[in-house]
Amino acid sequence: MGHIKTLNSAVLKESASEGGCGECQTSCQSACKTSCTVGNQGCERVQKESK
Amino acid sequence: MVHSFEMNGKYIVLDVYSGCVHDVDKLAFDVMNALTPPLAEELSDDILQKLSAEYSADEIREVYTEILALSRAGQLFSEDTYKEMILPSDGELPPVKAMCLHVAHDCNLRCKYCFADDGAYQGSRALMSEEIALGAVDFLVANSANRRNLEIDFFGGEPLMNFGVVKKTVEYARALEKKFDKNFRFTITTNGVLLNDENMKYINENMHNVVLSLDGRKDVNDRVRKTAGGGGSYDLVLKKLLTMAESRNQDNYYVRGTYTAYNLDFAADVLHLADLGFVQTSVEPAVAADDKEYALREEHLPRLFDEYERLAAEYARRMREKDDEFRFFHFMIDLEQGPCVIKRLSGCGAGCEYVAVTPEGDIYPCHQFVGMIEYKIGDIENGIQNEEIRTKLNGCNVYTKDVCSDCFAKFYCGGGCVANAGIYNGDVNVPHKVSCELQKKRVECALYVECARGS
Repeated sequence: MGHIKTLNSAVLKESASEGGCGECQTSCQSACKTSCTVGNQGCERVQKESK
Repeated sequence: MVHSFEMNGKYIVLDVYSGCVHDVDKLAFDVMNALTPPLAEELSDDILQKLSAEYSADEIREVYTEILALSRAGQLFSEDTYKEMILPSDGELPPVKAMCLHVAHDCNLRCKYCFADDGAYQGSRALMSEEIALGAVDFLVANSANRRNLEIDFFGGEPLMNFGVVKKTVEYARALEKKFDKNFRFTITTNGVLLNDENMKYINENMHNVVLSLDGRKDVNDRVRKTAGGGGSYDLVLKKLLTMAESRNQDNYYVRGTYTAYNLDFAADVLHLADLGFVQTSVEPAVAADDKEYALREEHLPRLFDEYERLAAEYARRMREKDDEFRFFHFMIDLEQGPCVIKRLSGCGAGCEYVAVTPEGDIYPCHQFVGMIEYKIGDIENGIQNEEIRTKLNGCNVYTKDVCSDCFAKFYCGGGCVANAGIYNGDVNVPHKVSCELQKKRVECALYVECARGS
């Protein structure tokens, strides 16, 4: 029986090669305005490709 | 680096540098916590001995096989390989692509915790002229280089007090889109007092996102969000905010509250907003100097952590049982499709890709710096004049902040709010401690939700 359930792939490493296009939403433009919520944002490239 | 924690009966392991999240049993949790990388092919006798009171050698070896396989696959105990990616190569500053446009330094509410000084931002009350607003759009386009997606947030004070200029700005920016190959996305942040059928229709037709301010339960909201006459604002705005949310099909908006030392039981406020019928919710901690009565201080953290965990359990239950589901911004982490690691390491972009513009046309690194003259970086008429501050902020990332070096949450906060660091610690590279602690708990809760919500 497995003891470890892995929820996702190595997303950070995978994003390193193609990231940094700068087209995604700025974090304070979403809902926070007082804390930094970079991790809650989406990737513009992924959203575009899924359309 | 690995971060392991237990929450509400779940054992969770985050492999910080790969971003992998592992939902594990107690045996795997204990074995992982006993290990120190790099991992050897064979498990040492020391580890077997250390865990022998609780587990047999066969059990430990079995789980070690799984751990070793994940480690070899780069999903556990992975190394930091990102530092070189964000080292400035040629000193060039990034294009400006997002703007907080303060169309009104005036407000029709008098909220006690307002960082904008009830809208005036330590200055005089003022509305932005059309000339300044259109000049700000020109500045944004001229400084955006090859960035296509440009963002403007109509902010204040209360932007609906200057809605004519908001509309002129939208119209002008739209007219530039084709010529310059740009795509504008507008957001408006409002307290809702002046919302009516006409401006809601306009907002729905033109705004990509709407942020609606409401703090939660009536007594909590009305204690701090007061009218100019001193009364509460809950009854004044609730129906309008709900109408706004419904009219957007419960999407592309947030009802956004602030919690303070007055409502350390803020989970009740988040659930109140959800139970009112708001689907997209965001409730943020107030950040204030310790001498303010409403300020969140270190002594409040244990209570706040309990609240986050309680909220996470109920949030996951509602998702699992599909019972009055809602979305809470702090818990929204897309494990497979989040932002790239470069964005995560670089932070919010204040002063670089993001700027704030005042009614007078002064440019600051972000809305929170507005009114702090030492942080002014230019004005609409003359453009950027203080490159020193921009360069300093551009060089600010998770590798320039000592406290981020061993922090598991750095890929989720990007090193935290530089304004809070600058304002409360006098150094943009020294993050605000209470904010950091809350951020870490938020991330843990978000990961817990991913493990506990079911598929």
